[in-house]
Amino acid sequence: MSLRTDRSRAGIMVETRGLRRVFSSRRGPVAAVAGVDLQVEEGEIFGFLGPNGAGKTTTLRMLTTLLPPTSGDAWVAGCDLRRQPRQVRERIGYVGQTGGADLQVTGRRELVFQSCLYGMGPAEARQRAAELLSLLDLEECADRRVRTYSGGQRRRLDIGLGLAHRPRLLFLDEPTTGLDPQARFRIWEEVRHLQQLGTTVFMTTHYLDEADALCDRLAIIDHGRIVAEGTPQELKRRIAGDVVTIGVGDSDRALVALAGQPFVREALGADGTVRLYVDRGETAMPAILRLLDGAGLQLHAISMSRPSLDDVFLRQTGRSLREQAA
Amino acid sequence: MKPLIDVWLVFERYLGLLLRNPAWLATALVQPILYLVLFAPLLKSLASLRGFPPGGAYNVFVPGLLVQLGLFGSASVGFSLIAELRLGVVERMRVTPVSRLALLLGRALRDVLNLVVQALIITLIAIPFGLRIHPLGLVMMLGLVALIGLLFASLSYTVALWLRNEDSFAAVVFTSALPLLLLSGVLLPLTLAPAWLQNVARANPLAYAVNAARAVFLGHLTQASVVQGVSIMGALALAALVLAARSVSRALA
Ligand SMILES: Nc1ncnc2c1ncn2[C@@H]1O[C@H](COP(=O)(O)OP(=O)(O)O)[C@@H](O)[C@H]1O
Ligand SMILES: [Mg+2]
Repeated sequence: MSLRTDRSRAGIMVETRGLRRVFSSRRGPVAAVAGVDLQVEEGEIFGFLGPNGAGKTTTLRMLTTLLPPTSGDAWVAGCDLRRQPRQVRERIGYVGQTGGADLQVTGRRELVFQSCLYGMGPAEARQRAAELLSLLDLEECADRRVRTYSGGQRRRLDIGLGLAHRPRLLFLDEPTTGLDPQARFRIWEEVRHLQQLGTTVFMTTHYLDEADALCDRLAIIDHGRIVAEGTPQELKRRIAGDVVTIGVGDSDRALVALAGQPFVREALGADGTVRLYVDRGETAMPAILRLLDGAGLQLHAISMSRPSLDDVFLRQTGRSLREQAA
Repeated sequence: MKPLIDVWLVFERYLGLLLRNPAWLATALVQPILYLVLFAPLLKSLASLRGFPPGGAYNVFVPGLLVQLGLFGSASVGFSLIAELRLGVVERMRVTPVSRLALLLGRALRDVLNLVVQALIITLIAIPFGLRIHPLGLVMMLGLVALIGLLFASLSYTVALWLRNEDSFAAVVFTSALPLLLLSGVLLPLTLAPAWLQNVARANPLAYAVNAARAVFLGHLTQASVVQGVSIMGALALAALVLAARSVSRALA
């Protein structure tokens, strides 16, 4: 009990310790989530960034009482996930990856029904549905069947379903996947608006720009493990200096030629592209050109950039998230 | 109180889904009416055969038709659950504090009501064809249809939760429903069947339901076959409901 009060006073909305989930598959047990420790603070937009199959959905389904953890502990919105699933349900909202609205039903009916499931009477539920339709700018399509909605309208309705009981903590699983850019920006605005209204948001994404632009803090997850955690700025700053990307015919030989050089902090490459992490790009680029020329390697392209979240991911996992998302 | 409100909420939602779909009654009734118009007349010429049960062609055929409706109308309810599981509709409800049992009971009650209404309509349509009914017999018949509906809807939801895939669900449901139907004496009375077939049918609970249904339509409300049929269906419906409730509380905890 005292532990719980301490946690909520400290403004921690989610805390997990060694959270783990093993699925049995034909090839034996698979740890979809392999021991996750994280903290989400009150009022922040916390992002879970990772490629498909990283374990994002499995983690969220555990934290929202939908899936029992194999081991580990979690406290969600001040309640013990294992001992108080009911209290957790009353305090959180969840918007799953596939949404959750029935295509045959109108948006308004779905919102009224969801509000009733949270214990509101009919009049209160209708009132709440009207508020949500206005909040999410869905009044125009409120009385049409969900089947007729655009992708963005449907996603906003899904979010409305998660907000029916005014939860202080909202889980969003890939809220913008499959949406066109305009609809994505709309969702970003909604999420920021929710934050202003005092909601803590725990969202997953496999989009780098989304994580960068929207999230106050991030955990990068791969193969069920958190590989890095921090604000987007902190994460990028960990990769000090600049990134020089070169296109070269034989990336393996280029790596050999460049890897040992004192000005190269780290070099990663495959399939004709080499990424070099250097202290100062302006001075490194001429040196790189000379070296490759001396080694007789044909250079197609060269560019310099500030490190991105993809560089963080690449550094931690040896793979690029951009290629996987594409 | 709260669980009852939850059952009502779920029941009301799914009833609304049914009523707002303008095609539901038409699609549900077309088949039985085709049977009445195109198949039942064949029985008229059989009704004089030795071994044909008493009461005339329609009094033998309509009770069987209602039992068939109870079986096929409810065995397929799992399809909609599978679709909702895939769309995330079920998860969205599970994340609320709604009673898990209500998610099952509300749906099953809707299914039962749907069947009872259809059975009533078919019975009324059959009267001008020559069906004779005992009023209390009709009430008991509807009760029997409700039990059959509860039994097979519960089994259907259990199988749907277990398989979670429309194709394998269809295979399981239809390959198990068809022999049940053929061995129940629904289309033709089993009294016309050879002895070995009659013996196999004795293991089919649905055959007892059909016998009971024919008896209540003739007003033989307290006959042994009625008591037997109703208690077998009642016991099985209860068992199936418990089974479904257990798989719901495991799969949808
Ligand atoms: N119900 C399940 N049964 C078996 N394996 C599963 C199940 N759900 C997820 N997995 C596996 O767990 C891993 C993580 O999946 P998921 O959490 O959905 O990843 P993400 O949401 O990051 O794409 C994947 O390898 C996936 O195949
Ligand atoms: Mg996912």
